[in-house]
Parts: sequence; C-alpha cells; structure tokens
Amino acid sequence: MNRDLMTGLKKSIPVVLGYTPIGLAFGILANQQGLTTFEIFLMSFLVYAGASQFIASAMITSGVNPASIIMTTLLINMRHMLMSASLSTYLKHVPSSLQAVLSFGLTDETYAVDITYCREDKPSASFFIGLHTVSHAAWVISTVAGGILGNLISDPTRWGIDFALSAMFIALLCMHMKDKADVLVAVCSAVISILLTKLLGNGWNVILATMLAATIGVSTSLWNRKYYLS
Amino acid sequence: MEQKILFIIIGMSLVTYLPRALPLLVLSKFELPLLFRRWLQFIPVAVLSALLAPAILMPQGRLVISLDNNALIASVLCFLAAAKTKNIFLTIVIGILAMFVLQTFK
Repeated sequence: MNRDLMTGLKKSIPVVLGYTPIGLAFGILANQQGLTTFEIFLMSFLVYAGASQFIASAMITSGVNPASIIMTTLLINMRHMLMSASLSTYLKHVPSSLQAVLSFGLTDETYAVDITYCREDKPSASFFIGLHTVSHAAWVISTVAGGILGNLISDPTRWGIDFALSAMFIALLCMHMKDKADVLVAVCSAVISILLTKLLGNGWNVILATMLAATIGVSTSLWNRKYYLS
Repeated sequence: MEQKILFIIIGMSLVTYLPRALPLLVLSKFELPLLFRRWLQFIPVAVLSALLAPAILMPQGRLVISLDNNALIASVLCFLAAAKTKNIFLTIVIGILAMFVLQTFK
C-alpha cells in the first residue's frame, strides 16, 4: 500500500480515539432530543462538526427557527477558514477537484495533524485521504452507534478517553513551537481566547484569538527586523 | 423524515463546507505576499492554543485555575511529556491515564 496513505491511517488513531466517546455522547443526546438514527447519520456525514451538532440538536428540539440554527453553525465553523487558508500554501500541487474533496474532512483535529505533517514532509494527497476518511468514518459510526444504543451506555465521556484530543493538541502545539515568536503567539492566543469566551461565549473566540495572535506574531517579527518585506 | 430537519441539515452542511473549502481552493491558486504567508505560518500555533485554552481552563464554562480542575492537571503532565519526549502517542496515553485516575480516585 501507498506509504503516505499508511502514514495517514496511522496518524488517525488519536483522532478516532477522541471522536468515539464524543460521537457516542452526541448520538445518545440527539436520540433523546428526538432525532432519528437516519437524521443523526445524515448530520454527522454532511455537517461533520462536533460542537455545532450538539448545539443544533438542542436548538431543533426547542423549536428554534432553521435560519438561526444555520447562522449559529456558520459562526461556530468560520474558524475553519483560517485552517483552510493555512493549508493552501502546502497544497498548491493538488488539483482543485481533490482539494474540494479533502476540504470536506477538515476539522480542528484533522487540521492539527495535517499541518504538522505538511511541515515535516512533502505533503501527499494520499496522506490526507487516509486521515480524513478514517476520522470521518469514526465520527459517523460512533454517532450512529450512540443513537441506536441510546441509554444502554451511560455517559461515554466519563472515562476521560475524549481527553485524547486535548492531549493530541498539546503534543502538536509543542511540536510547532520553534522559537520565541511562536511561544508569544501561543500565549497571546490562549489569553485572548479565554477572555473572548468569557465575554461572548463560544463562537467568536477561536477565530478572533487566532487572527489577533498571528497579527501580534507578524508585528513582533517585523519589529525585530527578522523578516524583510522583499 | 421531517422536511424541516432535512432543510436544517443541508443548510448546516453548506455553511460548514464553504469555510472549509473556499480559502484552500482560492488561495492555493495565487502566489501570496510574504507578509501574509508569514501570518499564515502563525496560524497552527495560534489556532491550537485558542482551541486548547478554554477546553483546559474552562471545563464547565467557568474559569478554574486550581487543583480542582482535572483537565488542567492532566494537561500540565501532557505538556511536560510532550516537551521532553516529542512523542504524540506517549503524550496521549499519559493524558488519558491521568484523566482516568483523577476522575476515578480523586
């Protein structure tokens, strides 16, 4: 089998580990809130976004109008624009049709693995296909399983297995911190993200904190004259 | 299946897919200015940190910086493991074990 595809499959293990309990939890909750198994399947397959699925399911039950549900989803997922933009410099050699397919599987978690791989290797589309397919499948299967099993499993997140995702983010974050500017950006981003979550609740915090912190990073680099505008 | 729910799911999938796809599809066709590329290079660190901070420090939506916060304790252990070993798998195992022990025995 293609070596890059294999690497992608291997790197999906932490994502699968993290998605399974959260997916089960979503399925159980959505089922209690009245979504059918098919609706859970369709949402997980087409929308494929953890936080917004939890929120949408609750909003559907309480009869919120569809436009508000869709706007809330847009707001929560706008942060993916930044991730998509950051991958663009590494995937110039990939044809548009394939880029369109790969984008479908872009989540916070797959992005974190994708970008780490891009910086280490000459990125091959096979890697993305392997990682994205398995991660997406894990999400769909676990949410559907949660919907079917319903209350047979009590709180799948109580074991702390979903912490795999935070742990993976920590490991990848450490690998990306190469110099002082990176540390500064990480600290600024964390502080701004917390402040915004306190002020505005979830939604804007990730996208705004990321943009502000990256701007602080570029400004400091310019200030230090490490990078010239050539 | 209720038509309204189908409509909601399709709408949600569009507004989720477009932010995922458009920047990659459009920006990869251009040679971006150096300053913007430098800005994009800070995105991974910034976005990971912005996602992590509330997850670790505000587990139930409130800021908890104390030993009551299991996620914080586990995260400190993960940071130490990651900084020392640079091993993703080991970091994850330590994180899961720490959470399990803290939630079960604390």
